[in-house]
Amino acid sequence: MWNKVLPHPLLSVFLLLVWLLLNNTVAMGHVVLGAVLALLIPLLTLGFWPERVVVRHPWVLLKFLLVVLWDIVVANLHVAALILGSARTLQPAFMVMELDIRSPLGASILANTISLTPGTVSCELSTDRRQLLIHALHVDDVDASLREMKQRYERPLMEVLQVC
Amino acid sequence: MLDAALAVLVLVGAFFTLVGSWGLAKMPDFFMRLHGPTKASTLGVGAVLVASALYFSFNTDGVSLHEVLVTLFLFMTAPVSAHMMAKAALHLKLKQVERTRSAVVESGVANSYDGTSFRRKE
Repeated sequence: MWNKVLPHPLLSVFLLLVWLLLNNTVAMGHVVLGAVLALLIPLLTLGFWPERVVVRHPWVLLKFLLVVLWDIVVANLHVAALILGSARTLQPAFMVMELDIRSPLGASILANTISLTPGTVSCELSTDRRQLLIHALHVDDVDASLREMKQRYERPLMEVLQVC
Repeated sequence: MLDAALAVLVLVGAFFTLVGSWGLAKMPDFFMRLHGPTKASTLGVGAVLVASALYFSFNTDGVSLHEVLVTLFLFMTAPVSAHMMAKAALHLKLKQVERTRSAVVESGVANSYDGTSFRRKE
């Protein structure tokens, strides 16, 4: 019964929060309107959400978000330094990351994270979703940097997201 | 005091946005050029948004949290557009600087990509 009325509880909570933030208020009227929208939109867009998302360890997720935020700040300083330095000494590289994560949502969050953090942009996902092609602005040791990204981003994402 | 902090935030934001654009102009190939605007600018926009949130929280009634949403949408869309551009560039086999290292083949990944896997074909 609940599955039919509320197919994606997390999405509903998220939509309600976005609605309240958009209106910059917590007035009762907007809470009600937001709640109605949060119920209707997931039902109307059911076809776009093939997998049911279950978050298993909220603390791991929180830690992951903090790590990513921190890395974004570091990435900006790092890339700014690289840009202001000499372009001739940069050693760009294409790297192929073997993905262990199977959840499509997880893979897209991982790709997004990689694009937002130190000197790397994800370029292409192979059609079997097993490999991710990454371009790095400057990298000394390809294997070490791949290992670090797997350890820092993929591991927590795999812990948090569970495909049902 | 608040004004000084806001000024610093806006200046930091402007600086990083400038560096991002400078990277766009300076880097030698398409893939390297992508890095400037996708990253150096997130902190730039972020700093300006924090300044905006602080200013409107202190100078008007209530707290201003719109800016959180702008940040959220920016963080969701910037990597996606970068990804799509990189994908298109690979498809068109755009030139890469010669010293680009590639895990796949020496001549560049774009030439060996067969649609399903990046591995070198035997």
